[in-house]
Amino acid sequence: MTSIAVSTTINGDDVEFLCNADETLLDVLRNRLGLMGAKEGCGTGDCGACSTIMDGRVVCSCLVLGAETQGREIETIEGMSEGQDLHPLQAKFIEHAALQCGICTPGFLMAAKALLAAHPDPSEEEIRFWLAGNLCRCTGYDKIVRAVQGAAAEMRGAKT
Amino acid sequence: MTFDPSYKEQGLKSVGTRPLRPDGVDKVTGRARYGADFNMPGQLVGRVLRSPHAHARIVRIDTSQAEALKGVKAVVTAADLPDQSNGDAATFAVLDNCMARKKAMYDGHAVAAVAAIDASVAKAALKLIVVEYEVLPHVVDVDVAMAADAPVLDETVFTTGVEPAPKTPSNVANRSEFGHGDVEAGFAKADMIVERNYKTEQTHQGYIEPHACVANCNSDGTADLWVCTQGPFVYRQVCADLLGLDVSKLRVTSSEIGGGFGGKTHVWAEPVALALSRKAGRPVKLVMTREEVFRASGPTSATSIDVKIGAKKDGTITAAEATLRYTSGPYAGMWAELGAMTSFACYDLENVKTVGWEVVVNRPKVAAYRAPSAPMAAFAIESAVDELAHKIGMDAVDFRIKNAASDGSKSSYGPVYGPIGIGPTLEAAKSHPHMSAPLGENQGRGMACGFWFNFGGQTCVDLNIGADGTVTIAVGTVDVGGSRASLSLITAEELGIPYENVKAIVADTSSLGYNDMTDGSRGTFSSSMAAISAARNAIQVMRERAATMWDISVDDIIWEDGHAKAVGATHDNLAPLSVADIAAEAGNTGGPIAGHSELVADGAGVSFGTHICDVEVDPETGSTRVVRYTVIQDAGKAVHPDYVEGQYQGGAVQGIGWALNEEYVYGADGRLQNPGFLDYRIPVCSDLPMIDTQILEIPNPNHPYGVRGVGETSIVPPLAAVANAVSNAVDVRMFHIPVSPPRILAALNAQAKG
Repeated sequence: MTSIAVSTTINGDDVEFLCNADETLLDVLRNRLGLMGAKEGCGTGDCGACSTIMDGRVVCSCLVLGAETQGREIETIEGMSEGQDLHPLQAKFIEHAALQCGICTPGFLMAAKALLAAHPDPSEEEIRFWLAGNLCRCTGYDKIVRAVQGAAAEMRGAKT
Repeated sequence: MTFDPSYKEQGLKSVGTRPLRPDGVDKVTGRARYGADFNMPGQLVGRVLRSPHAHARIVRIDTSQAEALKGVKAVVTAADLPDQSNGDAATFAVLDNCMARKKAMYDGHAVAAVAAIDASVAKAALKLIVVEYEVLPHVVDVDVAMAADAPVLDETVFTTGVEPAPKTPSNVANRSEFGHGDVEAGFAKADMIVERNYKTEQTHQGYIEPHACVANCNSDGTADLWVCTQGPFVYRQVCADLLGLDVSKLRVTSSEIGGGFGGKTHVWAEPVALALSRKAGRPVKLVMTREEVFRASGPTSATSIDVKIGAKKDGTITAAEATLRYTSGPYAGMWAELGAMTSFACYDLENVKTVGWEVVVNRPKVAAYRAPSAPMAAFAIESAVDELAHKIGMDAVDFRIKNAASDGSKSSYGPVYGPIGIGPTLEAAKSHPHMSAPLGENQGRGMACGFWFNFGGQTCVDLNIGADGTVTIAVGTVDVGGSRASLSLITAEELGIPYENVKAIVADTSSLGYNDMTDGSRGTFSSSMAAISAARNAIQVMRERAATMWDISVDDIIWEDGHAKAVGATHDNLAPLSVADIAAEAGNTGGPIAGHSELVADGAGVSFGTHICDVEVDPETGSTRVVRYTVIQDAGKAVHPDYVEGQYQGGAVQGIGWALNEEYVYGADGRLQNPGFLDYRIPVCSDLPMIDTQILEIPNPNHPYGVRGVGETSIVPPLAAVANAVSNAVDVRMFHIPVSPPRILAALNAQAKG
């Protein structure tokens, strides 16, 4: 199989990689770039554990081909914190005990980040529908919703 | 030193607080390493070929073309996993489930596997394996499987537990019975009797992380297994048994685990990965696809349950009886027996009898799922109890309070209870604001109770005190939902030091003595027991070191608030020594300071919960939304309340999914029709309200801090609580879980037709 050369931006850095035509962005991140924060829970876009942000939109990276990311901007969980400073969503997820096993957490954080970029003051219903594409089997979502509410309040407070 | 595990009331500084979990940062930054996040040099990709038939004789397997494909390094079949069970049926069943021998017993049963240089070669190789099947008649329904004309799955299965022993094989593997008194005499005294049949469908634990491992068999006979598991020591033993390895030469390291709920207490493809590695001479990474997870790992039983309960007009239950038929997949387990044991555990009954029938069918081998077997039994019993209360005109909560078991009650499964929480959770429900909140149009409220045994078991903990006075505990119970935080809290409490000074790690099988799995809600209960014991041993050592430092008798030194203190008139002027003070001098007083403990954690306190659920049913579509939900459960002592609440909420939502939507759908051909999260729909965020929790603390007398297991009970009441709520909303009793829209519409249509 002939590999495809791809130039893209990941977490603000220029990245070049070779991939096969049938490789997904998730395969590339995990197997070629060593970015294993995105998880494969289903491979069919149903669980959201591989959520990343591409050009500002949440995507299931298992449904994006690696070759499709040519010239795009990709954000992954590995780029969420600034050095040692956790993003408010990350801090609030820990503070609110919004994770148990944690396998879904990176995906939830990426989806929640996109939510708060679009809706800095989301209602509970908006949070629940924005996060409906991310499955969590441990928490029953209660503490996840509260963590997102907490982070939204903090981020709004920080801006004013 | 003799360890006294008995409960003592005391002021607590750490236990009961809510500090940040130690593994939090790793998990929010994507750095935590799960089953699929580990790699080894030269690693191959393993893939499994699975039967497309529900029941078929394997006539021939030809792997020659696959072996000849460039990049394929090993192909294994049952011939590479020879039977070494020495007639042990349970071991043979595990082996046969990992790799089919003579017959494929369900759609998805493994028949061969390959290891290749990459995923696409492995996939191509699977297509080159030729399997000739002779398709056999199959059966998936529990009642059909018990019929005399059903196809018999296994000619060696003769029902045990019946007299006289049957002379012909059948699909009924086992009969179990529990109870006391005389149910016939009891029913004769009843003013009102409810007698019903209930059914529940098969569900999956639905952990988001598929089974994943990296296996490495070395040429010197040693082997390593990195794997997501709830029980590395059990995996080590089972894998070694199946492969004929020396247990001490296999080292199992548990990764972070992305959910298990009982499904990762059983081995699935791990022995196959080891067999591939042994044959290829290279490490093999084997990760199941989601479809494989559904088709070939861990579902619950599907059940059919008959219940008969009689009561007097004053609400006293005079007799209760249940017959429970549980599927177990192709191999017998103890699923019906657990259902029969738990059925009436909430009640104090003079006459009670339960009979469990374990039935083999052409479905995947049943695995534990959070309080295994109890939710289905509770659905049946709590539905009948609700209907009976309604019929005699009593409030559903009052009726249960009147019949609730309490301290001294003889349980329906045998033992006599100590202090228990069923009565208090019911009283709390009765006075909870949720119970009196108004309901809207098309809404109904239901409630139900649940029970789980909890488990203790073999446990081993190492506690090491660093030179700076901080403490590390190495535990052997995998952390599935915050136990490193709870175990650190308890260790800090016992030593009298800050939580931040304790670090808990999960040790691998070569670093610590044997530990039972994280199952039976035992993680925090049992490992904290061993951690407390280890801490007390370390305190003894530190008192001795202080005695050396002060040159006084150890008998004149007490341990208080994290310090060695000299007592007695002659020593009053000695300033207390902290852990750090003593640790700093360790090199001069006898070397490193440690505490160790190995024990069997007896006395896991039984657990009870009561749930309240409001639903809104759309009468046109049968679609149901949970609009309010409250969990009330006895924790004994909530060590880290955030994660206790999390267990309550998570279990409740799994139960809600089971009640409303989740089920394995089989076609007429016996193939699973919905092996994916799109068609096997678990609850999502937008389906649910907040899940309110109320933690009760009725101390377990057999744990120093009163801790009971909290992980499982929360999944037991929801099936009945939701079904009772739906029944109250639409005024039609529901007898079949899940109460999905088609079933609700069918019930409404049947009612309309009268």
